[in-house]
Amino acid sequence: MQSFAYASPATLSEALALLGAEWGEADVLAGGSDLISLMKDYLHTPQRVVDIKGIRELGGIRKSGGGLRLGALVTFDELLENSAVRADYPALAAAARGVSSPQIRNVGTVGGDLCQRPRCWYFRTGHGLLARDGGGRSLVAEGDNRYHAIFGNQGAAKFVSASSLGPALAALGARIKLASSSGTREVTAEQFFLTPENDRQREIALRPNEILTEILLPPARGVRNATYEVRQREALDWPLATASVALRMKGKTVESARIVMGHVAPTPWAAPEAERSLAGKTVTPETAGEAGQAAVAGATPLSRNAYKVQLARTAVKRALLAAAG
Amino acid sequence: MPAYNWPPMDKRKVIGQRVDRVDALVKATGQAKYPYDVAEPDMLYAALLTCPHAHARIRSMDTSEAQRAEGVTGIEIIAKPGAEIQWAGGEVAVVAAATPDQARDAARKIRVEYEVLPHLVNEEDLSKAGNRAKAAGEQTAGDVERAFREADVVSEGTYGIPVLVHCTPETHGQVIQWKGDEVHVWPTTQGICTYAQDLSRPLGVPVSKIHAHMDHMGGGFGSKFPSDVWAIAAAHLSRTCGGRPVRLFLDRATDVTIAGNRPSAFAKIKLAAKKDGTITGWQSESWATGGMTGGGLPPIPYVFTEIPNRKLAHTAVAVNAGPSRAWRAPNHPQASFLTCAAMDDLAAKLRMDPMDLFARNADLTARAGVYRAQLIKAAEVSDWKKLWHPRGESGAGPVKRGLGLGVGTWGGAGHSVACRTTIHPDGSVDLELGTQDIGTGTRTVITMVAAETLTIPTSLLNLKVGDNQYPPGDGSGGSTTVGGVSSATRKSTINALAKLFEVASPVLGAPADQLEIVDGDIRVTANPSKSISWKSACQKLTENIVAMGENNPRNPGGLNTGGVGGVQVADITVDVETGVIKMNRMVAVHDCGMVINPKTAENQIYGACTMSIGGALFEERVMDEVTGRVLNPNMEFYKFTANCDFGEIIPILDIRPEHDRRGVVGLGEPPVIPGIAAIANAVANAIGVRVPRVPMTPDRVLAALEGRNA
Repeated sequence: MQSFAYASPATLSEALALLGAEWGEADVLAGGSDLISLMKDYLHTPQRVVDIKGIRELGGIRKSGGGLRLGALVTFDELLENSAVRADYPALAAAARGVSSPQIRNVGTVGGDLCQRPRCWYFRTGHGLLARDGGGRSLVAEGDNRYHAIFGNQGAAKFVSASSLGPALAALGARIKLASSSGTREVTAEQFFLTPENDRQREIALRPNEILTEILLPPARGVRNATYEVRQREALDWPLATASVALRMKGKTVESARIVMGHVAPTPWAAPEAERSLAGKTVTPETAGEAGQAAVAGATPLSRNAYKVQLARTAVKRALLAAAG
Repeated sequence: MPAYNWPPMDKRKVIGQRVDRVDALVKATGQAKYPYDVAEPDMLYAALLTCPHAHARIRSMDTSEAQRAEGVTGIEIIAKPGAEIQWAGGEVAVVAAATPDQARDAARKIRVEYEVLPHLVNEEDLSKAGNRAKAAGEQTAGDVERAFREADVVSEGTYGIPVLVHCTPETHGQVIQWKGDEVHVWPTTQGICTYAQDLSRPLGVPVSKIHAHMDHMGGGFGSKFPSDVWAIAAAHLSRTCGGRPVRLFLDRATDVTIAGNRPSAFAKIKLAAKKDGTITGWQSESWATGGMTGGGLPPIPYVFTEIPNRKLAHTAVAVNAGPSRAWRAPNHPQASFLTCAAMDDLAAKLRMDPMDLFARNADLTARAGVYRAQLIKAAEVSDWKKLWHPRGESGAGPVKRGLGLGVGTWGGAGHSVACRTTIHPDGSVDLELGTQDIGTGTRTVITMVAAETLTIPTSLLNLKVGDNQYPPGDGSGGSTTVGGVSSATRKSTINALAKLFEVASPVLGAPADQLEIVDGDIRVTANPSKSISWKSACQKLTENIVAMGENNPRNPGGLNTGGVGGVQVADITVDVETGVIKMNRMVAVHDCGMVINPKTAENQIYGACTMSIGGALFEERVMDEVTGRVLNPNMEFYKFTANCDFGEIIPILDIRPEHDRRGVVGLGEPPVIPGIAAIANAVANAIGVRVPRVPMTPDRVLAALEGRNA
C-alpha cells in the first residue's frame, strides 16, 4: 500500500474541503471493505484518505416526506435491523441480506455499496477498468468473461456493477444526494450509475470533489417489491444475476411495474419491455415467465456467459412472483 | 524386552474415547502462535517480486531505485538477466526492509525488462496443446477388443476435473535468521525435521546447525514440505543484513499462483459390461497437467483395478503455470471421479441401481468384503432405498433431488518417528517427538496413547513436538503421522514404564515383569493389594527415567498398518432453472483400523467432505489464455465451501474387531477421495444427464441440461 495522508474530519464541510479536483488525489473511507483492498493491491493510490466515519450527519435512518432518508454511513446491518425498511422495502432488505457476510454487513455502508468498484477480475489484477491490452484488445471479450455483462456490453465496458443495493434502489425510484463544497445535487439511482467509455471515466456519477451523503426512498406503501438473487453459494459470494421489482397494484392487477436487473451489466439494468408486458395483468407464473423472457430479449452475451441470460430470466420471474406474494 | 501391542478393545480406558483436542482452547482463544505470528526482535520484513508473464526471459534488471527506497536493507536476486521464467508468478527477487509496506513498495521499484515468449496455460482442449502434449504411458491387459466386441453393453463418456489449488489458510513462508554459523527458522511446514534437512544443502549449513521450530500451522494439505526458494532467499538476506531475522510470507495471490496445486485429469472412458452389470473391459484416453512437468497418470481404473481387459493411454500436457504439489491423497480424488462417474453412467445405461453395480463388481477390488459391507452401511444411513430413483426420474418442478455414490482407497501406514519419554522424580512426564501437529489432532492422540499406557492424568504429561531438536520424525504426508506417532509413543512409554517397574520391584517384593499399572497404581499382577502409587514410585528415582521408542515403517510390529476403503453417498438438490446445486447430506463410511479418538477421526471426515464439496461445486484455478495469469488468485473467485453450504455431513467410522486388530491406520486422506464422484453422480441422478466437468457451476449444469458440452 502506498503511503498516504490521513484525515478524519468531524463535519461534512471539512471533509469536502479535503477532497481533490481529480481522481487519485483523495479517496473517501467509510466501511473500508473495498477501499482498503484496492489500496493494498495498488489499484487506488490516493495521496489522501478522508475518513468520514466520524461525521454524524452522514448516519442514521429517518422518515422523510412519507419515505425514508438513509444516511450514507448506514451499515447493511442497520438497514436490516430497521423495521420500516423490512416492512415497506423488502426488495432493499433482501438485497442487503444477500451480502451474506456478517463482518461486511457490520462495516459495509449503503454509500460504500453504491460507490464500490467493480469486481471484474481483469480490473482487480491490474489491467484497468476497461481491461484492454496495449493494442486496445478487450481482455474480457477475448478471455474469460463468465462473470461479465450480458447487457450494455457493446462498448468498451464489459464489467458488471458490483452494487448490491443499486438495482433495488433503482426499482424503488430512490434518489441519491451528492454534496460538494459548491453545493448539493440529486440524481436518481438510475442516473447514478454510468457506463464509462474511456479510461478517464468512472462507473458512477459521483465527482472527485463530491461525497455521497444520503439516499432518499420514496413512500412505498402499496408498492409490492422484492429482490431475487441467483448466487451459487449461500456463503459470501457475488450474485450471478439478480432482479429487483416494484409493482403498483390495483387489487390483483399490476398498474405499473419497475424491473431492474443486477450483476448483468455495467450498471443496474432496467427492463422496460418486461415492465410494459405486465401492465394491466395479474402476476402468475405464466405472466412472470413472459416478463422474464421480455427482460432478457435484448441480451448480448459474450463468449462464455450465455448462461447468465437464463439466470436473469429466472431472477425476474422469481422476483415478480415473490413481490406479488 | 517388553511386548508392544495395544490393549484389547474392552480394556482400553483412553483410546477409543471421544476426547477434545488438547489445543482446542489455545486455538479458539487466539493464544496459539502460528509461524505467521512470529515476531522476533529486530525483525526485517521481506517482499517477493514475481514475473507478471506466463513465459518470459529477463532482459535486464535495475534495482537501483529499490535499493535507495526508504527502509530497504537488502535485495536478493533469484532470477538474473538471461533467466527464462516458465510461469506467471515465478520468483524474481526479494527485498528486505524495516516494514512490510516499505518492502512491498520497494519491490515494485525494481525495473525488470522481459522478452515475452509464447505460452500455453490451459490443457482442457487437448487439440490446442501442440507439442506441449507428450505421451506419458500406455497400459494394456487382457483382450480389450474382444471384451468390447462381446459386451452386452458399452458405455462411453468424457469427464474432467481441473487444477485446484491448496490455498492454505496460512500462506507459505517463514521467519528465518542466519547469524554466524547458525540458522534459526520458524517455518509453516508439514515436516519440522525434514524441513531443516531440506534447507541444509542449499544454504551449505550442516543440519546440526539449523534449528527449526513450529508450534502450530495453518494448513498444508500436502503443499508444505520443501523449504522453497523463498526461505533460501530470505536466509541470504538475513545474513547480509547483519543476521537480523527476516520474515517472508507469500501474499495470497502469490500463494495461490505458485505455492502448490493439484493436477487436473481429463479422460474419455469406455466401459464394456454384461447385462448383470459385471464390468469386462475398460478403455481410456486421459490427459492432465501439473504445470511444466506435465501431470501424473491418475490411478485408473480406480479401486476396481482387476477389470480383466484394460487399455489405457495417457498424455501429459506441460503448461506455463505454477508447479503441482502433493494434494491430500495425490491423484486419488481425480481417479475416483473418473472411474465412479464412468461406472455410474454404465449403471444408468443398464437402468441398474449403482449400489448394485458397484457391489456386483466388488470382486474386482482388493478388499471386496470391506467394500460390500461399506456399500450396505452407506445405503442404510443415506436412506438410499427410499430416496434413490432411476436417473432423471426426479419429478416435476424445478428443484430435483438426487443421490450418488463414490469409493476410495488409501494406504496410511505409520511413518518413521521416534519418541523420548522422560519420567521425573516428581511424577511429571516429558514426551518429545520431532513430529508436528498440522492441525489434525496429533498432539491429542499422542497424549491419549501415553495416558493409556501410563494410566496417569494427562495433567502430568508435558508433550513437546514441532522442533527438530527432538527425536527425529518424518514429515506429515500420506496419512502416516498417526500410525507413526502412536506406535512410537506406545513403545517409548512402555519402555519407560518397564524401567519404573524395576524401581518399584524391590519395594513391592516382586519381579518387575510381574508388575502392572492400573489407574496410576503399580501393583503385583497376582496380588493387586500389594501396590505403590505413581507418585511414590517416582519419588524413589535417583535420576530421570529416559526411554526411547520408535516406529519402524518396515516392521511396525502390529501397532499400525496400511490399506483402507471408503464409500460416500451424496444427497443433493439441483435447481434446474438456475443450475445451482445444494448439498443436503454427505454420508461417509470409512474404516481406519484401530481408532484412537473417534472425535478427531470424525474431524478428518468433516474437513475432507467440505473439500470434496468444494471440488465438486466451486473450486477451480482459472487461467487467462491471453495474459497467461491466474484470474482468481484470491478467496473471492477461488471459491471454497463455507459453513452454510455444507449441508449435513454424517461420518461413519467402520469400527469392527477385524479392523481394530489391524492397528492404527491414518485417516487424513481417505475421506477426501470419494466425495467429488459421489456428488457428481448425485447430480446426474437428479437432473437426468451427466455434467461431465467439475466443478458443477451453474453454467455447466445449464449447459448439460441443454445438451451442450460445457
